[in-house]
Amino acid sequence: MAEKQILFAGFGGQGVLSMAQFLAHAALSAGMHVTWVPSYGAEMRGGTANCLVTISDREISSPLTENPLMAVILNRPSLDKFESRIKPNGTLVLNTSMVDRRPQRTDLEILEMPMNEVAEEIGNPRGANMILLGAYLQKTQVVQVDQALQYFEVIFKGKSQEIIERNREAFLAGVQYAQNNW
Amino acid sequence: MTKVLMKGNEALAEGALLAGCRAFFGYPITPSSEIAEYMARKMPKMGRTFLQAESELAAINMVYGAAATGNRVMTASSGPGISLKQEGISFLAEAELPSLIVNISRGGPGLGGIQPAQSDYFQATRGGGHGDYHIIVLAPSGVQEMMDFAMQGFDLADHYRIPVMIMAEGTLGQMMEPIIVREPVTDLPPKPWATTGCKGRKPNIINTLHLSPEFLEERNLHLQHKYKLIQEREAKAETFMVEDADLVVAAFGLMSRIAKRAVMDARQKGIKVGLIRPVTLWPFPEKAFQEAAEHVSKFLSVEISMGQMVEDIRLAVNGRVPVEFYGRIGLIPNPEEITRQIMKIAQQEGWV
Repeated sequence: MAEKQILFAGFGGQGVLSMAQFLAHAALSAGMHVTWVPSYGAEMRGGTANCLVTISDREISSPLTENPLMAVILNRPSLDKFESRIKPNGTLVLNTSMVDRRPQRTDLEILEMPMNEVAEEIGNPRGANMILLGAYLQKTQVVQVDQALQYFEVIFKGKSQEIIERNREAFLAGVQYAQNNW
Repeated sequence: MTKVLMKGNEALAEGALLAGCRAFFGYPITPSSEIAEYMARKMPKMGRTFLQAESELAAINMVYGAAATGNRVMTASSGPGISLKQEGISFLAEAELPSLIVNISRGGPGLGGIQPAQSDYFQATRGGGHGDYHIIVLAPSGVQEMMDFAMQGFDLADHYRIPVMIMAEGTLGQMMEPIIVREPVTDLPPKPWATTGCKGRKPNIINTLHLSPEFLEERNLHLQHKYKLIQEREAKAETFMVEDADLVVAAFGLMSRIAKRAVMDARQKGIKVGLIRPVTLWPFPEKAFQEAAEHVSKFLSVEISMGQMVEDIRLAVNGRVPVEFYGRIGLIPNPEEITRQIMKIAQQEGWV
């Protein structure tokens, strides 16, 4: 597998860093090289947050890039900021619940999900980010879904069984969403 | 070996604990605070001392006192806090007290910002405080090295009786990578000079006031002798594709990995370019540059500053080869950006 760089961006509090962290753990568990770089700044709930994950089967030199291959965008300001930077023919995953415009790029593979509505529907609003992540992995197989599921306990080590189950449920709802809609 | 995903700051803190760090004295500042937080969580449970001092000045003087007792001790901060510690570091250097000082660096001058930077290079490599002294400065490039250099840093500090600084960009403190957690160190070197209570032996005195002109000079000559030895033995660099290079990019810390990506991309475009990564910033690995200067036509120093290490490269090659500079502050140069710089030079030189 060639090196893949995936940008996660949204409001602080939407779970941007934690979904990226889940992916990093899953990639590590699957035996791949990975780096996780948060934008850190004077961020707070409601401010913008982003995070870049690099996954590769070889040692990773640069954990940073100007042009990520994929972007998982959770809100409108992040789309405005990062749409132009995605690699040509890359992938854009959009939370349409919080993005009120269409992307302008025509070369990208665009995967849309009203993440917050889907989370409300299954009665798991706090798991919204995991729904989108489940769908994203099901579609792109950046890390195999089976592998990610297998390592849920490892990834959420130290959390209560209830929290693990709520997250697993959300993740699986996302997998199903991708199967039905993407 | 199972790897665990760790933040740079936490890996460094854990490395220090594995190396037997007995006490941590600090004052929180972004982007270094996770080190203090980690120590605050772990050290009391291990029967060791974590102390949040009332100021950076107090913290570095606590390091002085605790190091004098022969224990492995450390402090961590970032730019503005490291500036406040300089007086204490000068004292540590003259008293020859082994200690670990960590700068998870951010952009200045003044309070500056909290974005990653390398603009404390001058301060770190020139001594920073008053008087003729140096400290060893290590620049890790990844999370594994954050742990490993913390451990090696204590060894170097004990071996040479010198303060050792680890300088890492804020990003490296904040990022996560899988690492192998090392085994704890069990055998620590004896420190017969330490002030441990003088019952049954001559008192050990640790003092930096030398009013006799002759003795002051003697002390300085002693330090210089030690520094020369360290320069001969401990200067360290990593090289990548330098052998046949026309152009050599130089970068340290996390920046060196970003530059490596650019070097690989430029090689794909047919440019003979290599990379030198100084691992020790002081002593500066002059030899790597002098050897490369035999065959390269240009150096390019890439830094997250307005140009500091570039001066050491120029000193090392002493006018034999031109040394150019590219840097940013507030933002980190991306690999794509560095590749463009390389291609610009390639065009000027007529290689493309």
